[in-house]
Amino acid sequence: MADVSAPLEQFVVKPLIPLHLGSYDISYTNSALLMTIIAALIMLLLLGATSRRALVPPRLQSLAELSYEFVIGMVRQEIGDEGIAFFPLVFSIFMFVLFANFIGLIPFSFSVTGQIVVTATLSIFVIVLCTIVGFVRHGVHFFHFFLPPGAPLYMAPVIVPIEVISYLSRPVSLSIRLFANMMAGHTMMAVFAGFTITLGIFGFFPIAINVAMFALEVIVCALQAYVFGILTVLYLRDAIHMH
Amino acid sequence: MPQLDPAVFVPQIFWLVVIFVVLFLLMQLVAAPRIGQVLERRRQALDDDLGRAAQLKAEAEGVLGAYEKALANARVEAQATLRQISEQMAAQAAARQRQLTAALAAQIAAAEQRIAAGKEAALADIRSVAVDVGQAVVEKLTGTRPPPERMEAAVAGTLARRAG
Repeated sequence: MADVSAPLEQFVVKPLIPLHLGSYDISYTNSALLMTIIAALIMLLLLGATSRRALVPPRLQSLAELSYEFVIGMVRQEIGDEGIAFFPLVFSIFMFVLFANFIGLIPFSFSVTGQIVVTATLSIFVIVLCTIVGFVRHGVHFFHFFLPPGAPLYMAPVIVPIEVISYLSRPVSLSIRLFANMMAGHTMMAVFAGFTITLGIFGFFPIAINVAMFALEVIVCALQAYVFGILTVLYLRDAIHMH
Repeated sequence: MPQLDPAVFVPQIFWLVVIFVVLFLLMQLVAAPRIGQVLERRRQALDDDLGRAAQLKAEAEGVLGAYEKALANARVEAQATLRQISEQMAAQAAARQRQLTAALAAQIAAAEQRIAAGKEAALADIRSVAVDVGQAVVEKLTGTRPPPERMEAAVAGTLARRAG
C-alpha cells in the first residue's frame, strides 16, 4: 500500500489522462478510474446477474435481488410508498458507497470514499435534494421544520438557530463520518504494514494485527455504507413528512 | 493530508458527477425496473402456483365428495337389494312352508279318515264276530242256535250298556 514513511501516500490522487475544460483541470485520475470500475461493477452485478431473469435465482442474481430488496425495504419502512420514487437514487448512493468501500479494501487499489471531496459532494447533493424536495412538497411551510410543533413561540429565538445549525451540520457529519472511517482504517493498516517491514523477523506481529483489522474494516465498510444509505433515507423522510 | 489539496477537488467532483449521473440513469431506467420486474414475476408465479394448488385441492375435494356420495348411494342401494332379496326369500320360505303344512294337513286328514274307516270297519267286524261267537256259545250251552236277529240285538244292547 505505501512505504514506511508515508502511510498517507495511498490517498494521493494522480492524474492518468490530463484533461482541461476551459481553465478547469478535469484530468481523468486514479480516483476517477476507481469510480468508473465501481459503477461498472455495480451495473455488472445488477444487469449481468439478472440478464437471464431466472425464476429461481442463481447466486449472483439473488445477491442483486437481496441488495435491491434490502434498500427498497429500508425506503418503504422509513418513508412509505411515497418514497419509492426516490428508491433508484437511494439504491445508487448505497451501492456506490458500498462498492467504493469494499474495492478500497483491495490492496494497492484506491479508496474513493477516503476522499473528503467525494463524500462531501455526495452529502451536499443529498442535503440539497432533501431541501428541494421539502420546499416542493410543503412550500413555505417547510420553514416550520425549524420550529418543531408544540414548541412555545417565545422559545423560537433559541430553537430556530439550533435547528438551523443542526440541519446545516447534517452534510458535514454525513461526509466526515464516512471519510474519517475510511481514512482511519486505511491509514492504520498502512502504518502496521510499515511496521512489518521495519521489524524484520518480528514482522508477523503487525501482520496478525492487520489480519484482524482487515476483518474489522470489512464490517466498517458495510456498516458505513448502511449508515450513509439509512441517513439519506431519514433525511428524505424528514423532507417528505417533516418531523 | 493529500485529500485536502485543492488541486484534486475539481477533477474528482467532475468525474464523480459524470459517473454518478450515468450510474443513476442506468439504475433508474434499466436496473431497478428489471430487478423489480423479476421480483414481481416471481411473486406472480408463486401466487399463480398457490392459486392453482388451491384450485386443484378444491377439485380433489369435489372428487372426494362425489366418491363418498357414490359410495353412500351404493351402500344404500346394496342394503335395499339385500332387504328385498331377504324379504323375497322369506316370502318364498313362508309360501313353501304353507304349502308343506297344507300338504301335511291333507295327508293327516286322509290318514285320520283312513283310520276312522278302519276303526268303523273293525267295530263292524267285532259286532259280527260277537254275534257269531254268541251264537256258537249259546249253541254249545243250549244246543240251539239262536236266530241272528236276537243275538244282534243282545250284542247291540250289551255294547250300548258298556258304552253307556
